[in-house]
Amino acid sequence: MSQSTLVVAEATTEAPATGEAPAEGTAPAGGEAGHGTESTGAEGGHHGAFPPMDAQSFPSQIFWLVVFFGLLYLLMSKLALPRMAAVLNNRHKTLEADLSKASALKNETESAIKSYEKALADARAKAQGIATETRARMTAEVEGERSKLETSVAAKIAAAETRIAGLKEQAMKDVGEVAAETAADIVAELTGAQVSKADAAKAIAGLKG
Amino acid sequence: MAQGIDPIHQFQLHDLAGPWNIAGYEISFTNSALFMGIAVGVVTLTLLAAASRAALVPGRLQSVGELWYEFIHNMVRNVLGAEGKPFFPLVFSLFSFVLVANLLGMFPYFFTVTSHVVVTGTLAVFVVGLVVVVGIVKHGLGWFKLFVPHGVPMVILPFISLIEVISFLSRPVSLGLRLFGNMLAGHIVLKVFAGFVVLLGSMGLGGIVGAIAPLGMAVALTALEFLVAFLQAFVFAILTCVYLNDALHTHH
Repeated sequence: MSQSTLVVAEATTEAPATGEAPAEGTAPAGGEAGHGTESTGAEGGHHGAFPPMDAQSFPSQIFWLVVFFGLLYLLMSKLALPRMAAVLNNRHKTLEADLSKASALKNETESAIKSYEKALADARAKAQGIATETRARMTAEVEGERSKLETSVAAKIAAAETRIAGLKEQAMKDVGEVAAETAADIVAELTGAQVSKADAAKAIAGLKG
Repeated sequence: MAQGIDPIHQFQLHDLAGPWNIAGYEISFTNSALFMGIAVGVVTLTLLAAASRAALVPGRLQSVGELWYEFIHNMVRNVLGAEGKPFFPLVFSLFSFVLVANLLGMFPYFFTVTSHVVVTGTLAVFVVGLVVVVGIVKHGLGWFKLFVPHGVPMVILPFISLIEVISFLSRPVSLGLRLFGNMLAGHIVLKVFAGFVVLLGSMGLGGIVGAIAPLGMAVALTALEFLVAFLQAFVFAILTCVYLNDALHTHH
């Protein structure tokens, strides 16, 4: 970079009066010349050309490139890469095995949980069944007891009612008799006339009617 | 000192062993070859060390190795699908080689293998060549229908096909040059800014104060270059996958 500016400066100093265009025209030529002298100076006349473009070195470089690249290819394909692949494959397999084991264990756990839950649900259902059954039995028993009691109570009530009715009838009959007797006594007391009990009863019945 | 500041010097190759020749070509063992070897060694040893303990819960190194492996593995699977499995080692090797070569280049005095166009170009040509071979093996000559898209009017079909062919042929060029250009330019710019620091620093107190800005720039660029080193390796790998996808699944 510094070189090219130097060359341009040289070119302009060589042709100061000619102006812009000629100076530019001479610049590449000057640049080439400068490059030539510089490279020969640096390389001490070994090859003379720009090294990467020096065709004299090509056969040697191609030869050794083929040799060493071939060697590298062989070493890689036969030795290094298979080993690397084995390492990676080994890890891959181990991981796969571990993962499948883990998933199997997880499945086992899940099935255990499921069966536990099922047992729990079964037990709960059974308990509920027993409870319902017991409740039904108890209800039925209570119901039976109550109906028995109710019928017996009803029978007693009915008996009591018939007895009450009988007593009432008896009482009414007694009341009529007492009334007749009392009426006969009252008549005898008032009038002095003896009235038979039957007449008195007849008269009362007539009053009533 | 002048050599130390020259931003091109770091790309210079020099023979470490040799010169050797095969069929008239010079194949001396250079510093570039040395660093290719180091990259291969680093990749291999890192991965082997990462895989050695094989712990179920990975340690730090093993995590890095696994991340590395799975990164490319997922990339190949996502782009290529199940059919891409045979190409996984190749994509992994490409990614790792480029990544480690790029990262090694970040060390001072280390050579950056991927800063030479012939290296990246060779890899790119290899990838695209492989795409052609795989495509023809997999689909026969019907694979060339890739260049003849469906539902295009006959009038402009030749032009479209021409454009498709050109776009296909430009793949190795763009694939190779992208990596090469990124690494080369990054290292040159780093060296230039670092060179400013040295130059200004040798100019006395005022120079030292003036060198603060390029020093900060060099630090920031170093961080950027680490990002680029990874990013370019990733881009190279994913483009390889995308191109291979064309060879495997031709549904145009």
